[in-house]
Amino acid sequence: MHWDPIAQLAKDNRQGKRKVSDLVWDCLRQIKKADNYHAILETSPTAHEYARELDKIPVKDRKGKLFGVPFIVKDNFLTTNTHTTAGSNILKPFRAPYQATAVERLEAEGAIMVAKSNLDAFAHGSSTENSDFGPTKNPRNLAYVPGGSSGGSAAAIALGQAAFALGTDTGGSIRLPASFSGVVGLKVTYGLVSRYGVIAMASSTDTIGPLTRSVDDAALVLDVMSGQDEHDGTSIPRDGSGYQRLSANLKGKRVAVIKEHFGPGVDPNVANRIKEVVSTMEAAGAIVTEVSIPIDELALAVYYILVPAEVSSNLARYDGIKYGFSAKQAGSLVELYERSRAEGFGDEAKRRIMVGTYVLSSGYYDAYYKKAQAVRTILIEEYQKAFAQADILVGPTAPTLPFKLGARRDPLSMYLTDVLTVAANLVGNPAISVPVGMVDGLPVGMQLSAPQRAERTLLGVARAVEGLVK
Amino acid sequence: MAKVNARDIKHLGQLARIGLAEADIKRMGSELQAILGYVEKLQAVDTTKIKPTNQVTGLTDIWRQDRVWDNPWNREELLKNAPHSEDGFIKVPKVL
Repeated sequence: MHWDPIAQLAKDNRQGKRKVSDLVWDCLRQIKKADNYHAILETSPTAHEYARELDKIPVKDRKGKLFGVPFIVKDNFLTTNTHTTAGSNILKPFRAPYQATAVERLEAEGAIMVAKSNLDAFAHGSSTENSDFGPTKNPRNLAYVPGGSSGGSAAAIALGQAAFALGTDTGGSIRLPASFSGVVGLKVTYGLVSRYGVIAMASSTDTIGPLTRSVDDAALVLDVMSGQDEHDGTSIPRDGSGYQRLSANLKGKRVAVIKEHFGPGVDPNVANRIKEVVSTMEAAGAIVTEVSIPIDELALAVYYILVPAEVSSNLARYDGIKYGFSAKQAGSLVELYERSRAEGFGDEAKRRIMVGTYVLSSGYYDAYYKKAQAVRTILIEEYQKAFAQADILVGPTAPTLPFKLGARRDPLSMYLTDVLTVAANLVGNPAISVPVGMVDGLPVGMQLSAPQRAERTLLGVARAVEGLVK
Repeated sequence: MAKVNARDIKHLGQLARIGLAEADIKRMGSELQAILGYVEKLQAVDTTKIKPTNQVTGLTDIWRQDRVWDNPWNREELLKNAPHSEDGFIKVPKVL
């Protein structure tokens, strides 16, 4: 199924060049056809009805930057027309009474949600293998993982199941699956897209963002979703110029390669591909240098203290009382809590809650949690220094090619997949993964990052890279 | 190096209100040990003069207008998700 750029798709829909309901049918057919990849958890029962309503609007009255554009949403976003499970048994029966702001804003511009996508439960994971409802497969090869935790969204776009998808990125969960699945994945500046109505994982690093076929598509979706929301006290204003009409000119742009992102832990085939792309950027006029950020090597350790700590707090609400799975015939309040959580949560959720509880507990708080917060400060300062001499930092998104399903059963080996992506979340900076080709039949992504609120520059350079590798 | 034994795991389970079977306790102990062992590397960093960061926006005290608004919530709708409810309330086990 061929997909036009979203701006073109919306324009054609507004001009009545096709029936929106035909487009929705096509998506649902694609979803059914590719069911063996298991990207989708649930299709929307109201998508057809909504499409028919849009088709009824006279052409002259049609408005909306995303009129009739079908999209897919990761199942940790609250939506009212479907269940919201967060990929976990503990929320299997849950139906949200309100919607995420991001979804509301997209629908207000005429976009149509067609399905909820699979994810690692509660967004805990890098491969979508931690979904309580079965893993998603890599769209290029069924034996491999699509990346995670937004693996369903990434695979769905690669498989042509919608125009764009939404994901969340707390430590790389949009960028990593984008890299593994061969699509574009954008992590925004912390706060740029409202988190209202999105199931919280780690509140100081969670971000919302698009997974798309092109950088232009990502920029358009961002343009619609971004900006302050009175429901989210951590949300920041969008750029006054919006995120359209970006300059893709590389001349004079200071691009720095992060030395520590090409170390011994990175597959040489991946590293070489990225270096090739950097050379073409230089030939196109970019000023390429190398920057060293030694503290970056500790970012993963900081992440796996702070994030489990925040997770242990955010998942305390799943207690069998207000919603979700509730253990039957519990003898007491404490038994209700303990059994609901023991039976409802998967292994990784429990692991992260336990690690978080440990690092926050009396006697360990200073040595672990407070220590990690202090190293986070150093990380922020060092990245600020790096951005004094560069507009954009680059490197691979993932340290390896996509791995096979079941290849990383050891939790720590799975955590290492995030080694190149977590720093951007800890410092709050925007970063994007752009597909730059394949090695051994599997996708490779380049990661570009910028200072906070520099999405216009980031997207412009990413667009240029996209043009160079086509 | 952090040592996480069965008693620690049982204690954490109680704090986190997660019931753990005997089989889980041993496995979780070694998993947590490995994870905590990995993050131990932070101890080598001198942070004596460094202020901890807990958020990256720099925002403080974001208030909304103290205005009266119509209640958008429907009680029946909200109670639909509750495992046990009665007379418009969520029913819970005895607390005290």
